[in-house]
Parts: sequence; structure tokens; C-alpha cells
Amino acid sequence: MNQTNKPNTLSPNKCVDDYADYLFNYAVVRVNDSNIAKDLVQETFFSGLKSAKNFQGKSTERTWLVSILKRKVIDHYRKINSKKGQAEVRMSFYDNGEDKGNWIEERVPQSWDNEAEKTIENDELKSQLDECIDYLPEKYAMVFRMKTIQEFETEEICKELDITPSNLWVIIHRARTQLRNCMEKNWFNK
Amino acid sequence: MFKKIKITCDEATAICDKAQYGEASFYEKLQLNLHLLVCKICALYSKQNRKMSAIFKLRATSCKQEIKCLSKIDKHALKEQLNQFNESV
Repeated sequence: MNQTNKPNTLSPNKCVDDYADYLFNYAVVRVNDSNIAKDLVQETFFSGLKSAKNFQGKSTERTWLVSILKRKVIDHYRKINSKKGQAEVRMSFYDNGEDKGNWIEERVPQSWDNEAEKTIENDELKSQLDECIDYLPEKYAMVFRMKTIQEFETEEICKELDITPSNLWVIIHRARTQLRNCMEKNWFNK
Repeated sequence: MFKKIKITCDEATAICDKAQYGEASFYEKLQLNLHLLVCKICALYSKQNRKMSAIFKLRATSCKQEIKCLSKIDKHALKEQLNQFNESV
């Protein structure tokens, strides 16, 4: 059989038709930015073509491409995590001294006006929430979205981003405290 | 055994956040509830946190309905680049 002797080659046209949307969707739910997702998919195809001869056909092409994309996502997370001078979330608690762990006065939760009518689903609510999430530093936004909006399991996120569960919960805690504050100012008590 | 039943507001709200995903342990919930008995601020946080979760849930539901695809133009450009790359090696 000739075909088994043929080196593995991926046909770019077929590959893009078959897998581009799947890979793009995979990337975009994780990085939440279509331009970044597009770049990651492109890099994935390039790496795929470059190493096509190493593809042993033990898994499906799709699984193999996804495994490349997974690496790209983790590299992206490391990059946003290590960016110099990266913005940190605004802390709501004193982090040292006698008051360590206590609320910072001006960050103390205020009661909300008309709470009930303000939690009814509408487009304004969604866009205000998206805006508040966008104010978060990138890595907080990414972990928060994966956990809360995409509803991934803790274990899966930890595995994919190579962080520990306690890292994850610290990030979630800080993201949620800042989001609560942002929504309080811009939505509930506007 | 119960060496640290008293926790700070920072710790209490962290547990409260974790509990929103149903992932706080029994002991953590005990610590949280004892704290909430004595701390009005964290009790308010906890109440509002449930509202926040409800809002996040709305967003999650609407997000799941969107399936994102690459545009035809993007796919075409991608094919061109990959074909060029393939010929060059």
C-alpha cells in the first residue's frame, strides 16, 4: 500500500475547512478576543504543517491540532501573567499591618438601590458587566471568564493554565470583589 | 483540631466566593457562617454575592448560545499563507 509509505502531509485547504472553526471556537472561549484567537489558530496550523511528519496518525488530526493549540493557550496565559508592570486588581482589604484582612473603608460594600429590578436580564446589564470584566487585569479576566462564564471545572482550568486550585481561588476572589465594586458604582448605585 | 475558627473579612469573602460555585468545604462554610453572624459588612457582601452570581449566570447562558466562527475572508487568507508556507519548505 502506497499510502502508508507516504509521509504525512496535511493539505492546508482541507485542514482549514475541516478544523479552523472548531479551533477558533476553542481559542475564543478561552482568550475572549477574536484577534488573539485568530493568531493562535494561525500559529497552530503553522506548527502543525511544520511538524506534520511527526504526526503518527495515532490520534485524529483534530485531537492533534487541539493539543498544539493547548500549548499556545498556555503560552498566551504565561505571557499575560508575566507582563512587566501588569496592572493588579484594586484590593478591597488591607494586606498588611494591624488591619490585615479587614475591609478598606472606601471599598466597603454599600447597599444597592432597586436591586430586584436591576437584575432582570437585558442588553444594558450584559454590556455593563462585560465592561467591568474588561477593567480587570487580563489574567484575572481570563480565569474569571473560564470559571464563571464558560463554566469550566476548576480542575480543567488548573490543568490547562498550569496553576494550582489555591491560585485559582485567589484570582476568582479578587476578580469578584472588584467586579462587585464596579457593578455597584456603574449599575446598582449609578 | 479547630485551631482557626476565627477568620478575617478577606478570608470570609474568599470562602463566600468559592461557595458560589459549590466548592467550599464543610469546615470552610462553618468558618464563614460564624463570621457572618458577627460581621454585618460580610453578611451584606454575601447577600449581594448571590445576586452577582445570578447576573453571571445570565451572561453564561447567553454566551453559550453564541458559536463563533472565522469569516470566509479570514479562512481564505489563512489558506493562502499556509499554501505559501508549504511551497517554501
